[in-house]
Amino acid sequence: MNLLTVSGSPHVHDNQSVQKIMYGVVLSLMPALLVSFYFFGLNAILLMLTVVISCMVAEFVIQKYLIKGPITIFDGSALITGILLGFNLPAHLPLWMVIVGSVVAIGIGKMTFGGLGKNPFNPALVGRVFLMISFPVHMTTYPVPAPLSTQTVDVVTGATPLAIFKEGISRGAGINEIMADMPGYLDMFIGKIGGSLGETSAMMLLAGGIFMLIKKIITWHVPVAYLGTVAIFTGIMWLVDPGQNASPLFHLLTGGLMLGAFYMATDMVTSPMTHKGMLIFGIGCGLITVVIRLFGAYPEGVAFSILIMNAFVPLINRSTKPRPFGKEVKNG
Amino acid sequence: MKGLKTFSRGGIHPPENKISENASIQVLSLPPTVYIPVAQQLGAPATPVVAKGDKVKAGQLIAKASGFISANIHSSVSGTVVKIDDNPDTSGYPRKSIVINVEGDEWIEGVDLSTTLVKECHLSRQEIIDRISQMGVVGLGGATFPAHIKFMVPQGKKAEVLLVNGVECEPYLTSDHRLMLEKGDELLVGITIQMKALNVDRAIIGIEANKPDAIAHLSSLSQQYPGITVAPLKVKYPQGGEKQLIEAVTKKEVPAGKLPIDVGAVVVNVGSSFAVYEAVQKNKPLVERVVTVTGRSLRKPSNFLVRLGTPVKALIEAAGGLPSDTGKVVNGGPMMGKALLSLDVAVTKGTSGILLFSREESARKPVLSCIRCARCVSACCMGLEPYLLAVLAEKGRFDDCEPSFIMNCIECGSCHFVCPSGRPLLDYIRVGKTETGRLIRKRASQ
Repeated sequence: MNLLTVSGSPHVHDNQSVQKIMYGVVLSLMPALLVSFYFFGLNAILLMLTVVISCMVAEFVIQKYLIKGPITIFDGSALITGILLGFNLPAHLPLWMVIVGSVVAIGIGKMTFGGLGKNPFNPALVGRVFLMISFPVHMTTYPVPAPLSTQTVDVVTGATPLAIFKEGISRGAGINEIMADMPGYLDMFIGKIGGSLGETSAMMLLAGGIFMLIKKIITWHVPVAYLGTVAIFTGIMWLVDPGQNASPLFHLLTGGLMLGAFYMATDMVTSPMTHKGMLIFGIGCGLITVVIRLFGAYPEGVAFSILIMNAFVPLINRSTKPRPFGKEVKNG
Repeated sequence: MKGLKTFSRGGIHPPENKISENASIQVLSLPPTVYIPVAQQLGAPATPVVAKGDKVKAGQLIAKASGFISANIHSSVSGTVVKIDDNPDTSGYPRKSIVINVEGDEWIEGVDLSTTLVKECHLSRQEIIDRISQMGVVGLGGATFPAHIKFMVPQGKKAEVLLVNGVECEPYLTSDHRLMLEKGDELLVGITIQMKALNVDRAIIGIEANKPDAIAHLSSLSQQYPGITVAPLKVKYPQGGEKQLIEAVTKKEVPAGKLPIDVGAVVVNVGSSFAVYEAVQKNKPLVERVVTVTGRSLRKPSNFLVRLGTPVKALIEAAGGLPSDTGKVVNGGPMMGKALLSLDVAVTKGTSGILLFSREESARKPVLSCIRCARCVSACCMGLEPYLLAVLAEKGRFDDCEPSFIMNCIECGSCHFVCPSGRPLLDYIRVGKTETGRLIRKRASQ
């Protein structure tokens, strides 16, 4: 007689797993990655390899020699942190800076809190903001898209559309004058604009986001609340004073918004647990992003807005608890 | 089918695996010995009224209900009582059982064993309730709550509708499905009798849309039974949960800590309704029930009409024998059933199915860290936060469990089912419920 397994119910389980979710996210990032390789060439490939390898090595070293615990570098989460950090960097950033950013993202952003699932802040954004503050010049000069370029030094650089706009407004130029220097909306949509490696192609990020929605890796709440808030807020400002403010479409297609709304703000670990909470979180991210873009010193505010809202997540969770079945019932 | 009714909070859709749905109910042959536990119902165990050496007939009372929440137990076979002793029951704990060696199949006087449909019932309300109580009928959906108590509506409350649970939302199980198809008229007479006992003029049979044949069959039959209608429901687990079914059909939420009668509903299972028919119209005590024996590696997944007390291994033999790769045997469905410690335990009133899993299917997923994906919160049909309750219980913070409504959990298992990290959320929540219950009782006794 063979032995029977005895365990508590339920005895069947969903075929979903952390790894499947993580690799689903990685798969959805591939179109945007390929577009970045196309526009930023060899530099982008070298940077992505460096950032992914250094994130995984950093996690391995910490788990093996500091924590002396199980090694989980192939669960896909370090890979995602690596790809997302890489997407947030200019393609020609010196590789040693990339390594420093990776170590900060994994080491400080994730492992100090206990690893996967325990970090309050999005690790990739922690890495990005660290680099932004430490190396502001390198982090704000962006290569001009040069399809299939193999040039790795002396890359032609230029400003991002948001930086062009902010600079124009601050020197008192009119909206038409500023817009004359600007790439067209189609270029913005497909990603033929200056910017961080993976943030430029709104089209591909949108495609990846829709893939994740269909695969039920994310829900619609955070991206819709985030993008909707940005569209409405900038739309109001644009209607109030079209001479000083860019259109909502401009704001939606530029900077790190698409990347942030679909990939950074939806990070399960650092976003709220209820759908209502997710809506509040998304609206908060949207408001802070627009405030920074319109009134702040930086041209772009996506990274900061998400990190600030990450800090509010425990509070949001506390105040958006689901209503238990049968509590405060109004039976008609 | 669009626009089907269902409950509003949470829920999941596990693979249905109703592999035995086309197997007609077969009468299982009598085993050489039956083991009849005296605690087959929720509440107090019954008190044996026979002794070792006594000759008993099928249908004879062998243990009497003790206390208000308890139920009579009748012999399912004729033969000799060989001992009254502790035997492991389906929970694995040793419980007092009456062991009877089967000799022939002789029934007590007055039981109508024919299959003739008896439609008319001239008994009064109280007589019906007494008969249900005498015949030891309990809820056959799994909770085994003594059936007659449901019909004693407390002072100041009024029953408006009888809900009949034909949902069978547990994957694999098909015993209720077969019963609805094969005993439709008996079932509807049983429902009519219960409507009379409850003094209501409406009954609604809730059936999930994955049983279109049962929906069609009962819908057409019910036209001859005034007041009874069928409500097709969207397939969603755990719709067979009492509170979920009430909300799906009537749109009313049973307030936390209250009973279905507080929203005017009484819920009975289809199996129990058939048992009521047999008890009242045929004078037949509850001594047998339909049990699904199923599993992906089982040779002949079946539905058997089984005498209570038959060892589980006899059912598995009749369904083609125990597959060599069996890793787990569950009493009930895959979501809420209990894993058996041994195949020698006996079928009781609460056994709706015997489910076999291969060794591969028996393994749980490896447990990883919570990634706060919130799937458990979305899946919880009671509007709770399973990840939080599990952490509180894991850390021993039982004082904090109660304000987080841990006692509202119905243990449907949806949270553990959806968890991508394979966290045993319900295991922790059960520990939390046990300890919180202890705290509440301690407080009440002070």
